Amino acid sequence: MELRNRQLRDIYVDLLIHYAEIYPELVIVEADLMRALRSFPFAEKFPDRVINVGVAEANMIGVAAGLSNMGKLPFTHSFTPFATRRVYDQVFLSVAYAKLNVKMVGSDPGIMAQLNGGTHMSLEDMGIMRNIPTMTIFEPVDGVQLAAMLPQIIKHYGPVYIRLLRTEFDSIFADDQVFELGKATPIIEGNDVSIFATGIMVKEAIDAQKLLLEKGISASVINIHTLKPIDVEAIVKEAMKTKAVVTAENHNIINGLGSAVAEVLAENCPTVMERVGVKDHFAEVGTKDFLMEKFGLKAHHIVDAVEKVLKRKSTFCKGD
Amino acid sequence: MQILGDNTMDTKSYLEAQAKEIRIRTLKCIATLGVGHVGGSLSIADILAVLYFDQMNIDPKNPKMPDRDRFVLSKGHGGPAVYASLAMKGYFPLELLETLNTPNTNLPSHTDGNRTIGVDMTTGSLGQGFSASVGMAIANQLDHTSNYVYVIIGDGESQEGQIWEASMFAGNRKLDHLIAFTDRNLMQIDGEVKGINDVSPLDKKWEAFNWHVQVIDGHDVMAIRSAIIEAKKTTGKPSMIICNTIKAKGANFCEGLATSHNMNLTMEMALKAIEGMN
Repeated sequence: MELRNRQLRDIYVDLLIHYAEIYPELVIVEADLMRALRSFPFAEKFPDRVINVGVAEANMIGVAAGLSNMGKLPFTHSFTPFATRRVYDQVFLSVAYAKLNVKMVGSDPGIMAQLNGGTHMSLEDMGIMRNIPTMTIFEPVDGVQLAAMLPQIIKHYGPVYIRLLRTEFDSIFADDQVFELGKATPIIEGNDVSIFATGIMVKEAIDAQKLLLEKGISASVINIHTLKPIDVEAIVKEAMKTKAVVTAENHNIINGLGSAVAEVLAENCPTVMERVGVKDHFAEVGTKDFLMEKFGLKAHHIVDAVEKVLKRKSTFCKGD
Repeated sequence: MQILGDNTMDTKSYLEAQAKEIRIRTLKCIATLGVGHVGGSLSIADILAVLYFDQMNIDPKNPKMPDRDRFVLSKGHGGPAVYASLAMKGYFPLELLETLNTPNTNLPSHTDGNRTIGVDMTTGSLGQGFSASVGMAIANQLDHTSNYVYVIIGDGESQEGQIWEASMFAGNRKLDHLIAFTDRNLMQIDGEVKGINDVSPLDKKWEAFNWHVQVIDGHDVMAIRSAIIEAKKTTGKPSMIICNTIKAKGANFCEGLATSHNMNLTMEMALKAIEGMN
């Protein structure tokens, strides 16, 4: 399967078709966004295994819970705000509290809703899903990572929220890269500061690392693809080494990656840190570039955050 | 599956006796704790008696039997009546009923599929169990199985938008092995349903959503039984059996009162009510 130079939704749908052959219980449950996900090839192959409830997201989750209750493996889908905040109680009770096995895809995470605008931009989805016990949260960076993780997600019994970019993506990982659900993936080794990044921010973090190197600063870049359960060990190990942390996420800095890393650090090894992400604002309509610039999600914003945190590191850690 | 024979009088008196015992055990189990959902538990006792003691294909010795019929109490607060039915059916000892809502109990206020043997789906947030029952019926449809999914919703619950999302979809999917009941007890927490946000005409609404609709006396076990048998014969449509009921039916001190939804109940009150039952 071609895992590069394609849109991530097409890779996702091809993967679903592949695994539907292996797992007869796999079904997809849609709420009138098959066209957005381009999942019609799945429907052509498995017409009976597509349950499109129409524009009724609460019912989509409820029906998926019922299907799981009977032993099916449902994958639901909507745009991130409607896959999470609109159906929060259904996800909480009918899926998670009921201990059912539903995989929920939210597409166009954060500012990536672009021209659909602020109403369709979920900068809180990871936060609200993180609050649900037993929830696993995964945000793929590229096609290789998605392809490696999907079988693990299928084998994992329990609710999983997949924060899926629909469109073009930056290929980051080599084909033979190994990934493990719940384990961070180190990308670049560094000594002065650790940058933890997720989703589209991984590319920015890598670009920032290059800019920092020109300034004589050595940064680690680590991908936290699984926000929950978060890889405490990897975060602590990095923080102990560099003693300065920056997080980068396409999400509100409240309750997402920045908060999750801060919680780990505060309890294990208090470390100076900065959070790059949307600073508790509503989003708005615009292109990816415009929005990333406006909301502070570019590589140069990460560089600024690193410089800030290194200044604090030198002040706070004088006695080291 | 029909457990009882065709001797009408025997069947009637047997099912009425079961319904009465469900009421007695429900009242006692709530009174042991001193507080609980009396009204909405007692109004469904007759439906539960017909389902558990005649119509449902279930086996308490094999509670996870794959081809069993499923039951979902979407109005999950009626849990105590379901627990009474399950205990009487032999899923667990009757003494366990006394543990309702006590620490570490397996019998919580709202039905929980992970805690109670015999409960098929976790419910508690109104509207959700109904969607789940639709999903369960779709799974059966995909697998071409012949078992039924039964679900009870409330008339107050019918104010939830999710009920109608699920209703529209079930009608369009022609889920003829889904048999639903509306516990039409006319009351909700804050008062009369019609005074708060009237749901009538329920029969026309369900018909418009492509359901086979029957309206019956929800305290007449033989009417419930006949309606289920007719629903099973119906093809191409899911079935809604609107059961006209009385909230707290059988508890003479609070019959028909909205305040019976969740109330304090002493053992003395319970025993008096039991004494007053026919």
